[in-house]
This record gives sequence, structure tokens and C-alpha cells, in this order.
Amino acid sequence: MTESPLLRVRDLRVSFKLDEGLVRAVDGVSFDVFPGQVVGIVGESGCGKSVTMKAILQLIEPPGRITSGEILYRQDAAQPSVDLAKLPTRGQAMRELRGADIALIPQEPMAAFSPVHTVGDQIVEAIMLHGRQRYGRPISRSDARGITVELFRDVGISMPEQRIEAYSWQLSGGLRQRAMIAMALSCKPRLLIADEPTTAIDVTTQAQILALLRELQRKYDTAIIFITHDLGVIAQMANYVVVMYLGRVMEEGPVDDIFHAPRHPYTQALLRSIPSMHGETRTALPIIKGTLPHPFNRPSGCPFHPRCDDIMPDRCTKAVPMLHSVAQQRAVSCFLHSDQAEPA
Amino acid sequence: MSDAQTLSAAEDRIAVASNWTLVWWRFRKHHLAMISAVVLICLYVVVLFPDFFSTQNPEQTDARQAFIPVQTLHFFDDGGLNPWVPVIVGKRNPVTLRMEWTVDPQRKVRVSFFTHGNSYRILGLFPTNIHLLGATDPGQRIFLLGSDRLGRDQWSRIMSGTQTSMTVGLVAVTLSVILGVVLGGISGYFGGILDHVIQRLIELLQSVPTIPIWLALSAALPRDWTPIQVFFAITVILSLIGWTTLAREVRGRFLALREEDFVLAANLAGCSRMRIILRHMVPTFLSHIIATSSLAIPVMIINETSLSFLGLGIRPPAISWGVLLQEAQNIQTLALAPWLLIPGLVVIVAVLAFNLVGDGLRDASDPYSH
Amino acid sequence: MTTTPLLEVRGLRKYFPIARGLLRRVVGHVRAVDDVSFTVQEGETLGLVGESGCGKTTTSRCILRAIDPTDGQVLYRTRSNEVVDLAPMSRAELAPLRRDIQMIFQDPFGSLNPRMTLFDNVGEPLLVNGMRRRKERMDRVADLLRLVGLRPEFMHRFPHAFSGGQRQRIGIARALATSPRLVVADEPVSALDVSVQAQVLNLLLELQSTLRLTFVFVAHDLSVVRHISDRVAVMYVGQLVELAPTSAIFQRPRHPYTAALMRAVPVPDPRVSGTDMILRGEVPSPAAPPSGCYFHPRCVFAEDRCRQEAPVLRELTPGHSARCHFAEQLTLGAGETVAAA
Repeated sequence: MTESPLLRVRDLRVSFKLDEGLVRAVDGVSFDVFPGQVVGIVGESGCGKSVTMKAILQLIEPPGRITSGEILYRQDAAQPSVDLAKLPTRGQAMRELRGADIALIPQEPMAAFSPVHTVGDQIVEAIMLHGRQRYGRPISRSDARGITVELFRDVGISMPEQRIEAYSWQLSGGLRQRAMIAMALSCKPRLLIADEPTTAIDVTTQAQILALLRELQRKYDTAIIFITHDLGVIAQMANYVVVMYLGRVMEEGPVDDIFHAPRHPYTQALLRSIPSMHGETRTALPIIKGTLPHPFNRPSGCPFHPRCDDIMPDRCTKAVPMLHSVAQQRAVSCFLHSDQAEPA
Repeated sequence: MSDAQTLSAAEDRIAVASNWTLVWWRFRKHHLAMISAVVLICLYVVVLFPDFFSTQNPEQTDARQAFIPVQTLHFFDDGGLNPWVPVIVGKRNPVTLRMEWTVDPQRKVRVSFFTHGNSYRILGLFPTNIHLLGATDPGQRIFLLGSDRLGRDQWSRIMSGTQTSMTVGLVAVTLSVILGVVLGGISGYFGGILDHVIQRLIELLQSVPTIPIWLALSAALPRDWTPIQVFFAITVILSLIGWTTLAREVRGRFLALREEDFVLAANLAGCSRMRIILRHMVPTFLSHIIATSSLAIPVMIINETSLSFLGLGIRPPAISWGVLLQEAQNIQTLALAPWLLIPGLVVIVAVLAFNLVGDGLRDASDPYSH
Repeated sequence: MTTTPLLEVRGLRKYFPIARGLLRRVVGHVRAVDDVSFTVQEGETLGLVGESGCGKTTTSRCILRAIDPTDGQVLYRTRSNEVVDLAPMSRAELAPLRRDIQMIFQDPFGSLNPRMTLFDNVGEPLLVNGMRRRKERMDRVADLLRLVGLRPEFMHRFPHAFSGGQRQRIGIARALATSPRLVVADEPVSALDVSVQAQVLNLLLELQSTLRLTFVFVAHDLSVVRHISDRVAVMYVGQLVELAPTSAIFQRPRHPYTAALMRAVPVPDPRVSGTDMILRGEVPSPAAPPSGCYFHPRCVFAEDRCRQEAPVLRELTPGHSARCHFAEQLTLGAGETVAAA
């Protein structure tokens, strides 16, 4: 890819100052999102994937704070990129980007829609708010309504004219998520952030939603950051995968490499430990020993070292490996692959 | 997996901390609530030993010593601990014929600790006459917070009033809690018809305007009842109306808890109904009940004070904060003797302290909320 | 199989009334479980799968008698080889059988009493089943914690000190306290992180072989169910649609819904595409199921007969039954088109 990335996250760090101590939720995350690319961020609870997403949208609430790093967003090729991390959280510039240029599909659409307004009204509202900027012309209420009906048809909601009059609680989980996608697409975003969009719904509905997202992505050529804990979903959705563990990127690379030639011991172990649909049954699965450490009790050195089978006792316990490029589009943070450590 | 299971010393401490320890740790961080808790403890010490803290008999009248202003207590004299109060001299104004009191800073009344004064019984049991403070010369009277129109010592009267008012609050809330927990518990756990009846009863009680009801109920109290009987009657009246909110809360908790997984687990383990209620359900909301109760006490205190102030609650010669404030009812006395408003200040301090402690407890009561 | 099954569910029904209006008049019923029958042999694992609202959880709660079934039998073979029906039993009659049938919960945070130590949580079933002496209980709890891979010293700690995976182990220890024979596991790994899920699955398999446990394993994750079950029962809108040995059902599903469900599972391999043949529509409400076969509005093979006539669950090959008129004619694959590796 020769074009420049839409979003460049560089050494992002977010910490939460709690009574019990400082939690470094995101601790040096870097990745790029190119136009039209689907970047999957995968990791277990506490890996910092959701906090990364909130940092990009500038939605970190106190006691959390972006302590360092850059989130460079390029609005279009002609303009220089802006560092979202430096923009005031509630400022005009950020509000114009959020919901318009960068849209979010949340995990629980029930919580994202207001129960006292119809879903249609909420989408119309969003279109009118960002309309002039996104559609290049003033948008009247009836225009916005027409766009909403069109969007509903696009996301596969049957009888869109009737459905825009519904309240979110009248819709089934699948329809609600479709309506949410329509809302996210309403302002023609350049970057879509999907935060576990299918975790709360059933498999058959999940398959429909994933297919829909793939189709819409191709149609509008939107870049997507897809956050999930489900390796299956990542394999089916992403072009490029970022594997996170305890606030750090373990490795990143094209989806095929991550699944077929994982380099980091964590990725390797994680892939081995999931029961497959055609392996041997009722046998012991290869496991990752131990448990996820408590956020207040981060291990020293490489965060994964207490659970790693390939641990080098003197090295991994003492220094934090740097995320180092090992090939084109491929980076790993492990001393097995590069001896470079983070500066202390 | 053993290495991952070793925890730091701090985590170890948290690991074995029971619910109450966790509540305490969180409560401790709430500074205002901690200060208020100390205030409340002091107030309840007064409740236990009001006579010990008073300087004289709160009933003792002396028309010649009416409306004496506050005599400020000084602790140090002659370069050492040697407490005293200034002497106040009275002169009758020849025009208004009123006594006018002036402080004479030159003359001092010596005050000592643990003096022998009027006799009383500690907790109503052991006769004694020792007081924390008193004039060294038993023949002299001191008025730390001034005196009222009958020449009674306001400091000593506040001590007695504190006992009455704080006890009314506590007893009334205790009765409400018992009624609320039992009826709310029945309503929530068993449901069905009983639930219906109790809920309608609560709605009925809550829709009745409270002040007229109190007025009616208090007016119905026989005039010839002793202060103690009136005291208990008022308490019961207050709690009969106060239990409804609590019952609602308890019912809600029971309904929510019935669906909890750990309650189902206890059921499947073969626990009896009684064990499930007492061991699993009640402890879960006990801390909330305590927090709610500590917020209910000040309401009861205010209610008692208002009733007594209106002359419908506790009546003289019994002493409560409301009775004391009755003295400050007319504007003329207020202009002449503003210190008679001090009981109002005590009410404010007590109510604030209860509210702050209640808030602190409520915030701390669910240590598993995150 | 000639031995009497440990558990036999016969014609189980659970209807929840829908009450409307001020007088709470019953206007209809949600048929959460509608005529479900299956058997579970001693020592085997039956996987109960389906999407939310299919009745799998309600079925499991009926077996545990956490709720009262509307109709049907839950036949359980006791230690003395006597077959009893749990369905109509009262609380008192059930009490002695409780220790035989235990449950593992989905939510490792809600299923332990946060105000009790591990000793009290795990030891409670022992106490209420007559183990009065504290010392004896301590020893047993220590054994149980060791059994599930936790250190016995943890017994005086409170649940808040443990991670999700560790709490799930504690929950398993409690379920095993009374040496049960039948364990109903309700989505026991779905709330766990991927790296911990495998540990718990291995533990369950290991415990099953050492303690000769029988599992009813309720789950929505097909790959997990496939890994742990001997036989699989698939539910849809309150009914069983297919019941077969694991290998058979995954190799050749006979009901279109089962096949669709399998295809919908996203494969953790980018070279395997799962995009083809996605099931349309949504799960109908069990309060107003469609006519005929409940699956016909979403089925690509549906014909007129499916719209009118409700199919019955019938045995196709020994041990393999499906509820489809055309089970024999259809050739259904699990749908994976595996690319050349």
C-alpha cells in the first residue's frame, strides 16, 4: 500500500488513576489504518482494546487520561493530519469528527439508542447535525428522512418506512444492531469503529450482521477498526490484525500471517487453545497456563512472561520488548524476534 | 499455575477482607463522614450520661437568675490549667425594671473537673453526684450557655434534651426497621396475596398527609400521661409512619435477590428457606438497611423537634430539643436572649452529622459495585 | 444401550403465562419448552445447543427443579437403581436428591456469595447435607479446591480476590462438594476469556473421567459443545430439532437448522470462507410460533408441506433423530468449504 494511512496511532498510552493505584490500560500501542482497510484489534478482557477505541474517539473519562502518544487522523489527502490526542475532548473540532468522520457501532445498541425517541428520529437528528458538512448541501428534515429510509433498506431492514417509526425496544437484537449500523453510516464516515458489535447477539444473527458489514464496507470503501475477543470473527472480518495483551501490542500483521504464521508465543498459544470445528474431540486442549493478572498487579518486563512457555528468564522478566518491525507490514514485540527493549 | 496464584501482600490483605472490612475501608476515605461519625459518637455518649455532663440540675429554677447570658469557659489562668468563668453581675434597669447582666472580667468563678453537684443515677442505676464540670464552690451556679426565663441552666437542659431527642430518633427508626424488614421481607419473599395487601397498605399510609395525622394522634394522647408515656407514644407514632419507605426497599431487594445465581445455588445445595433468607439474602442488603436507617434518624429527630416545638409532642417538664426551642418562640425573648437559639444549632449539627454518615455509609455499603 | 439411563426427560413442557391488563388476565403462553424428550446415560455428556430463547436454559432449570415444569416427566435413576420422577416432587421430597444433581453456573461473578469465604461457599452444600463438624468440612473443602486446581490455603479468602477463571473453578468445586452424579453446566465457559476457557474445559473433561460424572452441557458455542459432548441435542423455539452422537451430527447434520447453525460459526481461519448460505430472518417468538414446521420461514428447502404440517422428531439411523419432513432427502454439510491448505 503506497497511499498514506487514514489513521496513525503512535505509542499511545492511557492510564487510569484510581484509589488503589495507577492502571496503565493502554501502554504503548501503535498501528496504522489505511483507507478501505479492516483492522481487527483482538484480545482478552483487560487488554486495552476498548480503551484504545475510546482514546481514538476522545471518549476517555476521568480518572482516565491519555498520557502520551499520537493519534494522527488525516481528513483528506490535501490536508495535513490532525493529532486527535491533542484536541480538546469536548471541543468543536472533535465533535465534528465524532459521529461524522469517525462513527461508532457499540456493543449494546440498546444502550446507544434513546428509548423515548424513535430510531428514525435519532438518525434524522444525526444527519441534520452533520448534514451540511457531510453531504455538501443543506439537508432538510424530509431529505434526512429519505436518507434514513434508504439507509434502512441498505442495512437490510424490511419495511423501512414503518421501521423508522419504531422505538429501539420494539426491535429485536438483530434489527437494533442493523439500525445502529444505519446510524453509524448516516454521515458517510471515513472510519468506522465497531466495538464487539456482535457479542450480544446469536450466531445466526451474527453471521448476518458480519456479512452485512463486509458488504457495506466493500460498497462504501470505509475503513473499519473491528474490536473483538472472538478469533473466528477476526479471521472472517479483518485484513490486518493487531493482537493485544495487557495494554500492549503483542504482534500485528496481515490476517493470513497472524493465523497461519503467528510469531508471538501469546498468539501461537491462543490459537492452539480454541476448540476447532474439525479437530479431535474430548481430549485435553493445549492451554495457556495461569490467569490474566490483575490490572494493579502487572508483571514486570514483558506482560506475558509469567504465562509464556518460551520465557527467557533473565531477559523477559526484566525488560519490556519493543514492538519491532520484522517484515513489511509485520511487527512483533518479543525478545525471541528482536532484542530491542523499551527504554526504561 | 502456582506462580500466577501468588499474590502481593496488599492483595493478600484484600483477599481475606470480609464485607464489613471492605465497607470500613471505603467509609474511612470519606473524611466528612468520619468527622460526622465522631460527632455522633460524642452525642451518644451524652445520651448515655447526660447528668454527668450537665453542671447542675436542669430543672432547678431561680427567678432572680433569669436570662443570664453565656459565661465563656476559660481553661487557663495563672499560667496553668485552672478553669474559670467570669462573674456576671446584674443590675435592675430603673426604667424598664429588667435585670441587665454585665460581665465582670476582673472577678472569676473557679470551675473544677469532677465536682460533686446534684445527685443522679448513672444509667438510672448507680447513685452518684459527680459531674464533669462544676463551680468549685458548690454554692455558686455557672451558666455555660446562659439561662432561660425561669433561670434554668441551658447547658444542662441541652444535655437532657439531647438524651430525649436522640433516643426518640433511634428508637423510632429501630421500630421502623423491624416493621419495614419484616413486612417488606414477607412481601418480597412470599409475594402473592400478602404482597398485594402490604403494598396497598403502604400506598395508603404514604398518601395520608403526615402533619395533620400527627396533630390528630398527638392531640389524642391523654393530657394526664407522664412524660415517659408521651415519649413512647410519640416514638411509636413516628415509626408507624416511617416504616413504609424501608419496607419498599427491602421488598425490592428481596425480589432482585431471588433471581441471583448464588441464591439459586444455595437452593440447589439444599439449603432451607430460613437459611437462604438469613445467610444469603439479609446480609446482602443489611449494609443498605443500615445506611438507609442512618438517613432516617435525622428525619425522625426533625419530626420530633417540630412536633414538640408546636407543643404537640413531648411536653414540659420533659426536656427535648423541640421543648427547648419552644422557649425561643417569641421574638421579644429572642432579641433579649439570643442564646436560647443554641438548641437549634445542636439540632442542625446532629442532623447534618447523621446525613453525612448516612451518605458515607451508602457509598461504602456496596464494596462489590465495581 | 441396555442399561437404564441416568436421566430421562419425557414430554417436558414449560409454559410461561403472558398476563395483561390491570387484572393480570392470562392472554397466552410462551412455550419456552414444548415437548422435549431425551435420555442421558451415566458417564456421558449431552450437549444442549441453540440460540437465545430456544429453551435450553429453561430445560436445564426444569431438570434441576429450579423451576416447576408445566408437564412431562424428569426420570432420574437413583443410587439404589430406582427410577423416580423429579417433576412432581415437593421441596421436601427433592431435598435428599439435591446432592446428586448439581449445577455449574455461567456467571462466575454472580454465582458465588460475595459475603462468604471460599470455605463457606464451597462448604455450604456439605453443611446443609449433614456434615456438621467444621474440621471435617475443612478437609473436604481443601480436597475439593485441590481437585479443581486451586491452593487449599485460599479457603479463607473471599471471592472478590479471584479472577473469572478461578471463580469458575470455585463454582465447580462447590458443585462437586456433595459428590453429585449428574452435573448440569449452564454455559460454563461462555463468560470466560479465551485463554482461560481451555483450562476450564480440560478440567471438566478430567473431572468427568476421574469422578465418573454425567454432564448436561448447555451452551451456544458449537465448537465448545463439539469438543466436550458425546451426543448433541439442538433446540429451536422450545423444541428439539435434532439429537445425535457428536461425530454424526457434525459430519452430517440432518436438520437444515443444525446445518445453518454450524455454518454461522465464524471459523478462526481466514482461508476458510463462511460467507455462503447465511440463514435469513430471525428466531420466531415462542409465544407465537409459525404454523407447521417452526423453521419453515427461514428454511431454504421449505415446501408447502412444511408450512402446513408440523414434523415429528423421528429416528433416522440408530441414535440419530431429526424433526424434518425431508431429513432423508436433503444433503446438508456443516457447510465448510475448506480451501487447500
